[in-house]
Amino acid sequence: MATTSPVEVEPDLTPDEITLTAKPWVTLVWNDPVNLMSYVTYVFRSYFGYDQKKAEKLMLEVHQDGRSAVSSGTREEMERDVQAMHEYGLWATLEKQ
Amino acid sequence: MSGFARHRRSGRIIATFSGFEADLLRSLASQLVELLRNEAAVPQEHADPLEAMLTFDGPTTAPDDPVLARLFPTAYADDEEAAAEFRRFTEGTLRDGKAGGAATVIDTLEEAGLPPQLDEQKLVIDVELDEPTALVWLKSFTDLRLALGTRLDVEQDDEAFWQALPDEDPRSQAHDIYEWIGALQETLVDALH
Repeated sequence: MATTSPVEVEPDLTPDEITLTAKPWVTLVWNDPVNLMSYVTYVFRSYFGYDQKKAEKLMLEVHQDGRSAVSSGTREEMERDVQAMHEYGLWATLEKQ
Repeated sequence: MSGFARHRRSGRIIATFSGFEADLLRSLASQLVELLRNEAAVPQEHADPLEAMLTFDGPTTAPDDPVLARLFPTAYADDEEAAAEFRRFTEGTLRDGKAGGAATVIDTLEEAGLPPQLDEQKLVIDVELDEPTALVWLKSFTDLRLALGTRLDVEQDDEAFWQALPDEDPRSQAHDIYEWIGALQETLVDALH
């Protein structure tokens, strides 16, 4: 059984700063010389559900910077995303942020 | 090459191939299936031979073949143990998926009228794909391009190198096929858009 004690909530904290789900892992997609820019954009749209603008921005990051963090979440979620990227033939890895 | 387009009324994705083109796609797809199925995944080393027979583990180390290594990349760059675990649980599924995708391409072409042996020179193959099948084709084109590109050592911005190759160089022909699949894929992305 548990009891509660009368504590006060930190008044300066905004709801945005309170995160129950930490997102410490990221999925990285790496540039490769084979995959078409249109295809990579298509994959980001259809798998992650990103709009055209965001998908294109991420694709260009991959192309120009050599890599881009395309999603973040728990380790399990990122393993799912990486596996999906491999299904699509993209070169993806995951790492702790 | 006209490539893929979406049929306005039925919403299906259509393309017309010459017999030669359809036969070429089938040949590449079946080579991919063979590579995925024959180059057996390296099973995990087991100290106990009985345990080895009773566990249906996936591989834990990257494939030796560079094409397979590219199709199944290492998921953790700096953590060997986690990378091995990831591979053990995913590579088998990924292999089956890619082999199944290539087999779907072959089946679709044959159902559309491609005979086992291509004799007739003027044969035309009309392919009609629903959306899920079009997505399977799209992914399989990627796998074929990755396989060809890896074998050819394709690099970023190397067009000048390929253009300078003499026509009789076998790599030149293979690169033409690589480019052709890329152009086809571009039309398929457009049609799916």
